[in-house]
Amino acid sequence: MDSQTETVALREQFETAGQQKEASTLGMWVFLVTEIMFFGGLFLAYMVYRRLFPEVFWVASSSLNKIIGAVNTAVLLCSSFTMVLAVHAAQIGSRRAIVIFLILTMLLGGVFLGVKAYEWNEKFQEHHVPGPSFHLEHTTEQGRAQLFFSLYFAMTGLHALHMIIGEGLLLFLLFHAYAGKYTPAYYTPVDIGGLYWHFVDIIWIFLFPLLYLIGQH
Amino acid sequence: MHEHIDSVKTYAFVFVTLLALTLLTTLVAEVDLGPLNVAVALLIAVIKMLLVALFFMHLRHSPMLTKVVVCGGLLWLLILMVLTMADFVSRKWLPVPGV
Repeated sequence: MDSQTETVALREQFETAGQQKEASTLGMWVFLVTEIMFFGGLFLAYMVYRRLFPEVFWVASSSLNKIIGAVNTAVLLCSSFTMVLAVHAAQIGSRRAIVIFLILTMLLGGVFLGVKAYEWNEKFQEHHVPGPSFHLEHTTEQGRAQLFFSLYFAMTGLHALHMIIGEGLLLFLLFHAYAGKYTPAYYTPVDIGGLYWHFVDIIWIFLFPLLYLIGQH
Repeated sequence: MHEHIDSVKTYAFVFVTLLALTLLTTLVAEVDLGPLNVAVALLIAVIKMLLVALFFMHLRHSPMLTKVVVCGGLLWLLILMVLTMADFVSRKWLPVPGV
């Protein structure tokens, strides 16, 4: 019981547990807003160069495997579903269910990263990585094509980094959930971890059509 | 503290809708709609974002302050994009002397 009373403990600056939880949640949302702006810069760079060189972006985008992209989107949506079920399990106080759904979320996140690694490896073999050995078929504008792939690697790379950090957060939550620290009265960390995970999902929801689907008919 | 707890059924429904939208956006990309392709893809992405934010991230039941913060963030993103693109789109509208 000791650990539980400690985690539920109200910090002195708050009047009620509800107020404390609202402050924590708001803090996470403020952080996520800064993340929106962080990714926003890359999305803007993508928009500008796509506007300047539409044909090359069309060709470069067509070289990506959109079936793999769609499947990976589905995998990430599944992980968001299991994550929200973990939060739900915490709300109704089922320690076993929190642990199971957190493990499932981590596994699905791992599958996503595995597929991403496979795709990146493919790019290296096909010489689609910006650099001296870069070569993209069906276009003479090799320099501009490298712009697309620079953005591809920067955006999917930054997204993958967020996934890896998310896996770390989930591992932390898993240990604490297993130790029985989360109850219907106190599960703020699970809730906040969920917010982060869903945010990373939303970033991919935009990356998928912009990188994989635009220009393929 | 009044915590609103959504049912698993609600989450499952949202989840299935998200998967259906992913399939839809992939299939629509096969059809040539001209410039509309980008618009449709982004529209579907925005709908998916709203579903995730409102249901999975519990924004529906969040305090007004949280909603204002999120809308403020999106407004700032819009300023970043609209002002920058306004420049790039309109650059060639008027001839620049000496270029």
